[in-house]
Amino acid sequence: MNLASLAPLAVVLPILGAALTFLLIRHSRAQRAVSIGLLSLTLLLECLLLGSVWDGGTVAVTLGGWLPPWGIVLVVDQFSSLMLVVSSAVSLAVLVYATGQGMADGDQDAPVSIFHPTYLILVAGVSNAFLSGDLFNLYVGFEILLTASYVLMTLGGTGPRIRAGVTYVVVSVVSSVLFLISIAMVYGATGTVNMADLAIKLSELDEGTRTLLHVMLLVAFGIKAAVFPLSFWLPDSYPTAPAPVTAVFAGLLTKVGVYAMVRTETLLFPGDSLNAPLMVAALLTMVVGILGALAQSDIKRLLSFTLVSHIGYMVFGLAMSSVAGLGAAVFYVAHHITIQTSLFLVTGLIERRGGSSSVDRLGGLAKLSPLLALLFFVPAMNLAGIPPFSGFLGKVGLMQAGIELGTPLAYALVIGGVVTSLLTLLAIARVWNRAFWRRPSDAEHPDPVLLATPAAPAARTMAGPGAKRNSAKRNAANQDAVTLLPRTMVGPTAGLVVLGVALTVFAGPLFTVSDQAAEDMLDRSAYVHAVLGDDTVVPPAPTSGGGR
Amino acid sequence: MSVNLTLLIVMGALYACGIYLILERSLTRVLLGLMLLANATNLLILATGGYAGLAPLYAKDAAAGDYNDPLPQALILTSIVISFAVTAFMLGIIYRTWVLARRDEIQADVEDLRVAETPSFDAEDDAVIPAETSEFPVTTVMAGGREMPAEAAAEEEKPGSANVAPSPEGGGR
Repeated sequence: MNLASLAPLAVVLPILGAALTFLLIRHSRAQRAVSIGLLSLTLLLECLLLGSVWDGGTVAVTLGGWLPPWGIVLVVDQFSSLMLVVSSAVSLAVLVYATGQGMADGDQDAPVSIFHPTYLILVAGVSNAFLSGDLFNLYVGFEILLTASYVLMTLGGTGPRIRAGVTYVVVSVVSSVLFLISIAMVYGATGTVNMADLAIKLSELDEGTRTLLHVMLLVAFGIKAAVFPLSFWLPDSYPTAPAPVTAVFAGLLTKVGVYAMVRTETLLFPGDSLNAPLMVAALLTMVVGILGALAQSDIKRLLSFTLVSHIGYMVFGLAMSSVAGLGAAVFYVAHHITIQTSLFLVTGLIERRGGSSSVDRLGGLAKLSPLLALLFFVPAMNLAGIPPFSGFLGKVGLMQAGIELGTPLAYALVIGGVVTSLLTLLAIARVWNRAFWRRPSDAEHPDPVLLATPAAPAARTMAGPGAKRNSAKRNAANQDAVTLLPRTMVGPTAGLVVLGVALTVFAGPLFTVSDQAAEDMLDRSAYVHAVLGDDTVVPPAPTSGGGR
Repeated sequence: MSVNLTLLIVMGALYACGIYLILERSLTRVLLGLMLLANATNLLILATGGYAGLAPLYAKDAAAGDYNDPLPQALILTSIVISFAVTAFMLGIIYRTWVLARRDEIQADVEDLRVAETPSFDAEDDAVIPAETSEFPVTTVMAGGREMPAEAAAEEEKPGSANVAPSPEGGGR
């Protein structure tokens, strides 16, 4: 039996888990067991899927007995299975972290019982989007994950979350409507929504129609991927959500947008027709995003801006439409999902330990909790692209591809990429210097937690006027001891940090796979043959010179 | 492929109204705008199915070209369900906003405002009268061009943080 025919389970298992956890809504222990168990099973299955296509090869699974191009197909290739594995590993870690947080806090400040079903539906939507070989099914996958994300974003319904949620929902709905309009237009022009079929039929359209459809799809995905100038919504809405939710959003949701852009650029509209505008967008995304990060004092917001900025690297790799560039972009997506998520999880820990996520109020964390400092330092340096971490390797891959391409715009992007990397280092170093290295008393508005004696670090309720150093010390002893860094939260964070380091150690094989994936995607014939049969003729990609 | 002109005109009108409405600041109007956009898109999908033909059930003596294209209708059905879910959720959010703030409006982002105001005004350095030196019970300072009680100015120093700006010992307030 072919392993890849198990692909639908990657979507079905989380949905099944969502149903079960919904039934078990009053039994939080059983709920935790079911959701963690089923998500681990999904991860295992996806590892098997990745193993089955590791050496190349694309497998299409037809659903419901309808043959393509009429029925819905799920397509497993190296890129989609790699994305599945990384995203499931990350979401499993976040799930363990979230349940750890829920257990430590006694589930009192948010309706956590609804968290598990919603979270599993989010994972199902992400898997569906990664696997889909059908444009409308991709839309459905997006809607599943977005609807789940609306609920997670506004979990608890507090004022700031509702405010941020409104922006997020409206922007997402508008982008979904744009996507739906593009699907309608694509269907009107070609009479099919199967992506392999579209790869053939779109090339038969005239130049103008094709460019219109191309631009519409890119704009719709650009909003979801937060590419400048469509990135304004992200730093507004992400930071207010609960820490694990922000982490999983930052890691996965924008990357689903990037994934859809990659498919659009390689499978549907190959060639280099829109490469120049994409490169300009990538440059602006990188530079504007990181400049925004420098102005922030809240770590979560700062990280949201670096998230936007580093989307630019992926779009840069994609826009080169060369094997080297696309391969580096694939590697960078896998690296960035892991690193960005672990940084957000660490920020959640910082907020617990230090009482705040604003660098104006933090200080002395390195001395207070060396483990926390280590957990922050490693992914932070990785994000900034310090050798020998995977962030450095991914960026070097992109720079090499850019120099290989050799156009003035590519050189501008290489320089922009280096500058962005340095500015990321600056932004991260600011956080490090302030939150970790300086004495707590040097902070502008030190949180009372930091000023308390290490023996009784639980002076969390000391607030309001008169919260001076001495009184905080005096009263700290009376507080109930709260576990500030429970093992169930530190464990998954450390696991993700280790995964990030593992991406560095195993960068060689990973780069081989991502280069192969890029080659297959640019060639397109493997994908089209897997879906429509081996005797389908794949039209060559139109190039206007330069390109590959 | 023939298209129904009335449908297209209705679609255009729905898009125009929808876009106008989502640019409003009132949440209910934004929701109405989103609903109009979704319905306009449904009409667009319907239009891509071409002319109205026979129902797509197999009949012996009907030629293949006589049937209606069933796929757009399946797509519309899906998108109706999705927009139903989103509308229900938006109504929930609007109700929650009303409960929390008694306002049916999109609210400004506090952090954004802070970043926008940071370079021009610093409560510690730029206050005309330093808050601590006043001997009157209620003091006012010039904060960014408007007058406010000193406590409010100190509060504004760092919005979002509850326990900043400890008052001076024995401040007499």
